[in-house]
Amino acid sequence: MQIVTFTRSTPDTAARVEVGSDGKITWGGASTVVNPWDEYALEEAIVQAKNIGGKATVIAIGPEMHSEALKHSLAMGLDEAVRIEDPALDPVDGLSYAAAAAAAVNKLEDVKLVLFGKEAVDVGTDQHTVMIARKLGFPLLTSVSKILAIDTAAGTIQVERTLEGGKQVVTSSLPVVISVTKEINEPRYPSFIGIRKASKATIPVWSLADLGVSLPVRRTVVNAYSNLPPRSVEVEMIDGEPAVQAKLLVDRLLEEKVL
Amino acid sequence: MTVLVWIETEGGKAKPTSWEAVGAGKLIADGFGVGVTAVVLGENAAGVAQEALKFGASSALACDDPTLTTYRFEAYAPILSKLVADRSPKALVAVATAAGRELAAAVAADTDSAILSEVVELSVADGQVVATRPVYAGKLLSQAASTGEGTVCVTIRARAFKAPAEGAASGSVETIPAVLAEDSIRTKVVSFEAEAGTVNLTDAAIIISGGRGMANNPKDAPAGVENAEIWKAQDAFANVLQPLADVLGGAIGASRAAVDAGYISYAHQVGQTGKTVSPDLYIACAISGAIQHQAGMRTSKVIVAINKDAEAPIFKMARYGLVGDVFQIVPALTAELKARLGK
Repeated sequence: MQIVTFTRSTPDTAARVEVGSDGKITWGGASTVVNPWDEYALEEAIVQAKNIGGKATVIAIGPEMHSEALKHSLAMGLDEAVRIEDPALDPVDGLSYAAAAAAAVNKLEDVKLVLFGKEAVDVGTDQHTVMIARKLGFPLLTSVSKILAIDTAAGTIQVERTLEGGKQVVTSSLPVVISVTKEINEPRYPSFIGIRKASKATIPVWSLADLGVSLPVRRTVVNAYSNLPPRSVEVEMIDGEPAVQAKLLVDRLLEEKVL
Repeated sequence: MTVLVWIETEGGKAKPTSWEAVGAGKLIADGFGVGVTAVVLGENAAGVAQEALKFGASSALACDDPTLTTYRFEAYAPILSKLVADRSPKALVAVATAAGRELAAAVAADTDSAILSEVVELSVADGQVVATRPVYAGKLLSQAASTGEGTVCVTIRARAFKAPAEGAASGSVETIPAVLAEDSIRTKVVSFEAEAGTVNLTDAAIIISGGRGMANNPKDAPAGVENAEIWKAQDAFANVLQPLADVLGGAIGASRAAVDAGYISYAHQVGQTGKTVSPDLYIACAISGAIQHQAGMRTSKVIVAINKDAEAPIFKMARYGLVGDVFQIVPALTAELKARLGK
């Protein structure tokens, strides 16, 4: 039995990300980190693999830079890591990412659970989570804040989901695709021994031929990236005693018609 | 040929932001010279479909079935996928709520269609849908487009597109069948516990946010309180910021620092690892304005910053800056607004 999770390397959250004059995205000398939302999925994969007596595998799709996220995952305690790279996946759109990811899950044996973090912070979407579930034909449970029970013998799982209006308890058959929220756990820091082990690990790289998958026709293209237009506002400082500041601010807000 | 728009409902009523999807759908539909067809699933589908005709849809499809009463991804997705497969619309549009995002992605996967997620601008050029969408947690914009023929699945950020004005209804409502029977649905809802005082930050027109400085509350924590700092900050959110939010009809937001320190629940977090918001008015109280926070609120129309540190980065993005003590300014502001707005 195994649990599979996906991750990727993204610029450090505090980094200033910009589009250079060549149109390429840079984040200066800042390092990459594990996509911040994925830390919760990685932690949960470790915990639940132990819980069901299985193995936790982490996959990244993309070029060499994503090996950093995989090494961090191994250092945390994931059992195995795989990277998928292929010229046909550069650049990658939602459909081809999902097709490659689904093929990778199918290549692994006896997968009970596919875990994702809430979203990929670089591409700014969670669409791949859903698309993989559909390509695999697995049910999907998003916004999971607690895994309440997994019964591998009966092939069922019960989870708590945090939705806008409250908390929902849902059951599903296994295998299932789950995306987790920040509330689900407290991700561990890699141990010193873990980091040493991970730094020595050789991460296998699979091509699309290894996966035996052909990609769907590309339907979406990114034409360009751009920096945010500068906020064309000049700050007006409102001085005085608190009561004066309050009165002047309300005057301005009424003029702005935002009240 | 048409543009399909999914109207999200709650308790048999359209969510107010759903009409923004009709507005965005019309932008695409006009580009192709076609009409907008609203799709309503679940409780009171026919009633809401009728209402959609007043908000600019030229026709509507309704499906009310016991499997659809409350939203369930597994039951809803195949209905939309079948509509797209059968009718080859130019686009399927939904608001980028949790449900809208997962439905649009499911349809794209099921039908191998283009997908443009969480877009803030839309146009049609040379027969393709072109969109602007925030990436890298709102630090950059991406200009993306569909290619080839076929349907484009689009989700729009709440408050980024205008809802059409309500007018007279024209067109008709067609009833469609559900796709899956309960027996073949693998996910079952066991229970739902509604939470009082939940926030819907993404829909809010006014947001009052608090940062780490909320712990500087001058009020003394009662004796016996385990953690005075957390008590002070929680008291400040409840008794300093909430009254201001109440008089403005706004929602309460928070910085990551405040959430991580345990001052307020994660549901309130604005920023890179929280919610992205774009209200008409954003009042940042004792928030320094780290890059992570800016990423979540920089598209607010008017930003007011109240901070005791005149050098705080938040002042660089604010329209109005007030240097001073939040615990004096906010109550003064609340009192002033009560008097001026007659509340």
